[in-house]
Amino acid sequence: MTEKRLKTGPDFIWRDMEVGNIVTEAGSAALRRTGDWRSQRPIIDKERCNKCGLCWLYCPDVAIKLLEDGYYETDLFYCKGCGICAKVCTREAITMIEEEEE
Amino acid sequence: MDGKFIKFGKNLVTTDEFVAEGHSFCVGCGEALALRLACKALGKDVIIANATGCIEICTSPLPVTSWRVPWIHTLFENTGAEISGIEAGLKILMKKGKMPERDIKCVAVAGDGGTSDIGMQALSGAFERKHDFLYLCFDNEAYMNTGIQRSSATPYGASTTTAPAGKLSIGQTTWKKNMAEIAVAHDIPYVATACPSYPFDLINKVKKGGEVKGPAYVHIFSPCPTGWRYPTDLAIEIGRLAVETGIFPLYEVENGRYKLNIDRPKLRPVEEYLKPQGRFRHLLDGEIAKIQEHVNEEYAKLKAKVACFAA
Repeated sequence: MTEKRLKTGPDFIWRDMEVGNIVTEAGSAALRRTGDWRSQRPIIDKERCNKCGLCWLYCPDVAIKLLEDGYYETDLFYCKGCGICAKVCTREAITMIEEEEE
Repeated sequence: MDGKFIKFGKNLVTTDEFVAEGHSFCVGCGEALALRLACKALGKDVIIANATGCIEICTSPLPVTSWRVPWIHTLFENTGAEISGIEAGLKILMKKGKMPERDIKCVAVAGDGGTSDIGMQALSGAFERKHDFLYLCFDNEAYMNTGIQRSSATPYGASTTTAPAGKLSIGQTTWKKNMAEIAVAHDIPYVATACPSYPFDLINKVKKGGEVKGPAYVHIFSPCPTGWRYPTDLAIEIGRLAVETGIFPLYEVENGRYKLNIDRPKLRPVEEYLKPQGRFRHLLDGEIAKIQEHVNEEYAKLKAKVACFAA
């Protein structure tokens, strides 16, 4: 997967496509950033987290990653900010904060 | 693909993702979650035939694909026929020794429109011919990807763009088609209903459906924030409420024997399920009472079937 093929919007023209419009790599959607859809951002409070993993299990966008030490972190490259993780967390360790312009 | 597992009580869930992140499902989509869990249950030795629908358009936006397992896009109407052909083809190739003997699961994935409206005939044929496949119906109760048009799986009273609620209409005027019962009527070895709010139940059912010899059908209730008009963080609650109010009971039918998986001694009132959703906002007390009556009746019927086989 080259950078060239990841172009989107008006930069992406028909010459960037493979011959026959084939897709040559499995799971290549992982290169797409869906994090820019987000209007809210989840913040995980490690103090309250008991490593139950429910946020990981219920995330529709696979945006919660398991860390080496057993805690979880949000992957803001993919997180669309739905807030399901904050709802299912039984320890209220995840809060949603407004995403602000940088 | 590191083959690790995360332990939840007595349940193990693999960390492998067969549907890659970066798909374009809506924010807070219940179907995306159901698909992710179902693919975890199926593993990597699988061939998926996917009818047109939300899942197809959201996982394969050209020039990328989310799929890490063999996947083929079919039309709305021929998912059943296509998966039959794949299954028959694999069988004959293995019989002739042209490919090594392997346990490859053939799985058809479709939405509620592709199952209960357009793909019904091909599906019925595939059930009748007793092909060895698993059919997953992701039911979000309307044609969501084209803009919330009613399907035969849309429940009574729901407002959609082609059955809008207004002064003279309450929205959808017919009851939801009971697709799981239609599958049971084909006398197939395994039929189940599942909901992503109960993830281990869903994983177990999909796993079981994949292992059964012969056709299997799993009907998966998939909350849709866009079409049902509820806040994006409520997908899990809505699914739970649907089960706990008896609107979508979770049961499985193995060789004709019914078994209720989640059984509450007392159902919650349907109002709790209808209230958070914008598509039911216009319903008055009389209509809600009518829905409650219908739900009670259907649930009693199901309980009677379960009681038949309990002894």
